[in-house]
This record gives sequence, C-alpha cells and structure tokens, in this order.
Amino acid sequence: MSTMLKVSDLKVHYGSIQAIKGISFEVNEGEIVTMIGANGAGKSTTMNTVAGLLKPTEGSIEFLGKSLIGIAPHKVVNEGMALCPEGRRIFQHLTVLENLEMGAYTRTKEEADETLQKVYDLFPRLKERYKQIAGTLSGGEQQMLAMGRGLMSDPRLLMLDEPSMGLAPILVDQIFEIIHNLNKAGTTILLVEQNAQMALSIATRAYVLETGRITLEGPASELMDNEEVRKAYLGD
Amino acid sequence: MLTYLINGLSLGSVYAIIALGYTMVYGIAKMLNFAHGDVIMIGGYVAFCSTSYLGLGPIPSTLFAVVVCTVLGIVVERLAYKPLRNATSLAVLITAIGVSYFLQNAALLIWSSNPKSFPNLVGSIPNVVIGELVIPSTAIVTVIANLLIMLALTMFTGRTKMGKAMRAVSEDKGAAQLMGINVNRTISVTFAIGSGLAAIAGVLLCSAYPTLMPTTGSMPGIKAFTAAVFGGIGSIPGAMLGGILLGVIEIFAKAYISTQLSDAIVFAVLIVVLLVKPTGLLGKKVSEKV
Repeated sequence: MSTMLKVSDLKVHYGSIQAIKGISFEVNEGEIVTMIGANGAGKSTTMNTVAGLLKPTEGSIEFLGKSLIGIAPHKVVNEGMALCPEGRRIFQHLTVLENLEMGAYTRTKEEADETLQKVYDLFPRLKERYKQIAGTLSGGEQQMLAMGRGLMSDPRLLMLDEPSMGLAPILVDQIFEIIHNLNKAGTTILLVEQNAQMALSIATRAYVLETGRITLEGPASELMDNEEVRKAYLGD
Repeated sequence: MLTYLINGLSLGSVYAIIALGYTMVYGIAKMLNFAHGDVIMIGGYVAFCSTSYLGLGPIPSTLFAVVVCTVLGIVVERLAYKPLRNATSLAVLITAIGVSYFLQNAALLIWSSNPKSFPNLVGSIPNVVIGELVIPSTAIVTVIANLLIMLALTMFTGRTKMGKAMRAVSEDKGAAQLMGINVNRTISVTFAIGSGLAAIAGVLLCSAYPTLMPTTGSMPGIKAFTAAVFGGIGSIPGAMLGGILLGVIEIFAKAYISTQLSDAIVFAVLIVVLLVKPTGLLGKKVSEKV
C-alpha cells in the first residue's frame, strides 16, 4: 500500500488561537481512514486545511508525493482530491444538475458526462430530481448531492466531513453503505465523524483527535475495543 | 399620461442597466461598489470624446466606451478592492467611496467642470409617431437595449459555465473553491460585465439628458442602487423591476406632484417597500436546511 496523503506536524491558527497543535497522519491508497473526536476537536479545521481553504502556520501536507502547501485553493481539486465540507454546503439556489456540473468545473464536458452517469447510478434519486433547486431537497438528498458533487471531479481521495450530520438513522446507514461501496470500487476515503460507532465499523484505520492533538491511533477494530474510546465516544 | 409612462420606462431602463451592475457585484463580491455611478460618467465622456474628437459613429463610440469602462472596472477591482478581500465590509465601502471621488476628480482634471453638451447618439433614428403620441427614438433604443441586456445576462448566468460559477461563488466562496472555481477571476469578470453595462447606461443616459459633467453619474448611481435594493439586491430580475418602477415613479411624481419633491417621493417609496418586504420585491430569503 502506498501512501496517498501524508500530513506532518500540522499547525493551524485562527488569529492567535491555535486550533491544530501539531498533528501527523497518513492515508494509504485504498483505505478508509476515519478521524473521530468531539465538537471543537479540530476535525473540520484539519480537513479544510488539507483541502487548501485554510493556510497552516506550520507543517507539511503531501499528496501523491507532491506538497500542497502554497497551492491556490481552487487548484487543489486538480490534484485528485475532493472535500465534501461540513454542513454539505451545496449551492442551494442552483439545480441538482448545476451543482453536479460545478463539481466537475475543471474537467471537460465529455469527462464530466461520463462521471455524471456513474454518479447517477450511485444516487438514482439525483437523476430523478436533476432539475430541482438543490435547496428544496430533503436532508438525505442534500447529503447525496454533496457526495455526488464531490465525486464529479473523479477524485482519488474523497474527504467527507460529517456526512451523517442531521440525518435520520436509516439514512445514516444508507450513506455509510454508499461510502463502503465507493471504497470497494477504488476510491480512498478520509472520513471525519462524530458518529464514532458507524465510522469505526467501516474504517480501516482511525485517529482520535482531542483539542487539536491526536491522542490515539490504530486499526479501527482495535480502537473499537479500546477502553477510553468506548467510554468517550461509543457511549459505554 | 402615456407620454409620462414612456419617459418613465425609458429612464427606468437606464436605472435598470445601472442597477444590474450594482446587483451583480453585490451578489458575487458582497460589496457595494459606490464608484459604479462614476463609471457611467466615464463611459459618457469616452463616448463624447470619440464622437466629437475622433469622429466615430454612434455604435463604434459606444463600443469604445464599453471597452474602456470594462478595463477600468477590472483595474479598479484589482488595485482597490482585491487587496481588501478579507477586510471588513466597512473598509471596502469607504474604499469604494474613495474610488468614486477619485474618478470624479480625474474627470475634472481631464475634462474640466464645464458641462459638455452630449450629442444624442441615437438621434439619427426617427421618432415613432402614433396619432398625437410621439415616442422618442431614445426611449425605444433604451428600452430595447435594456431588454436585450437582461436577456443576455439571464442566458449567461443560467446557461454558461462561467455564469453558473458566478452563482456558485455568490452563494458560497469556500465551496466554490473546493470545486476548482477561481473566485478572484470570477469577481474580476463580474466587475468587467458591470462596468461594461455602466458604459452603455452612460451613453443612453446622456443621450436622453445631454448635460455631461464629472458629477453626472452620482445621482443616477444612487438611484440605481436604490432600484437594486428596491427589487432585491443580488437578483437580476429584481434589478430590472426595481429600475423600471423607480423610473416610472420618478417621472409620475415629477408630473403630478412636484418636480422638487420627486426624489424624496422615490426614496419614500423605497422605505415603505423595505418596511413591508425587507429583502426587496424579488429578494431571496435564504433558508438553511441542516
């Protein structure tokens, strides 16, 4: 397994507040890596920094052997990485199809059309509703759209920030099944979740983030049995 | 009565074209470009010079004005607003006012404060006479230009990749960047379009009201801004509707109530509309689904 994403000693500040206090982690090709932690632990900050929306104060981010530090945020997607941000952030006033087109913004029409078919196969609901204004979709459909939009760039690494947020349990199951299937079809996944139970059940490896530091890491199955993790995140 | 309506539609169409510039820039860059009115004035002067000194025809002069203003819009955005992208909106607003004065004073230096008599660039087209009603050709050209611009912009934002990207940027810059959209370039294009439209508005405005001075753009600029708010700032059909309503109200107020009070009446109507519907007539209410 080759290393796809390698983050070393990453530090991120919001003004004078240090949100990420020097974390290192890796994602290998073919894995589902999950990062779990409480609200405010720095999970989304980490994701947004890797995707280029935030600038780190220190540390390195290497993706497929290339440093992402200093790359313009809108160019990161060209490197083969897509982030479905926290809160989905779909374009509410655009139609479903327009949202998907934006996901393939940097690609040619032909490439985009090809991927569009795959996305429609994965989320038939989006195909049914392609003309609908995205803001009128249900929460679950909006999450599907956010993931579909992320996939439209045909990324090698898909980063998902809280895909289960605000969804009914049955939809959560469905979303996780899709993530699992995507991974089996060859997409590497970095998953940030508060739903630790679900995240650990599909992940290869996991990191536990607490107030800007990684406190635990290991194979997901091991963390699932870890006493502290069970107490803090699995509600035992 | 019908004559007033025609005049109102004509003036309103000019406001609408200017308001489109305000509303697009606001919608995408989330800033009020108070120098927009002065771009109109520059457009007017450029068209004036190219007809009077260079002897160009009406269409080449207008195109020349559009090109100059488009470039001006891009340069102003790059030099004055881009460095303030992450600054507070108040700082940007003050900068815009500064740019406004800068443009006015630059015009004062170049063209002096003496009013120039603007040649009616659409005057060569004959007026339409229906019975006793005379429809000035300026009014016809203005209304048609407005409709065409509106149509073109709707197509642009609805059908083209760049247009869709603009709408995406206007909703969520961060998410747009994640898609690979170059936000800075999108904002640049927005300024270019808005300023190009301002040049057309300048030519049409000066053709109808032929006194050209460095302050010519201020009042129409403010009125068009009002029109944009009136219709719902950020909305393209809103700018159109707001502009036309404002023009019609202004002309009717002038005709039936009082010439001196007409502006006050226009603004009073704006206040009433905003009290009843704070987002403007066609303004979008943004609801978040979590």
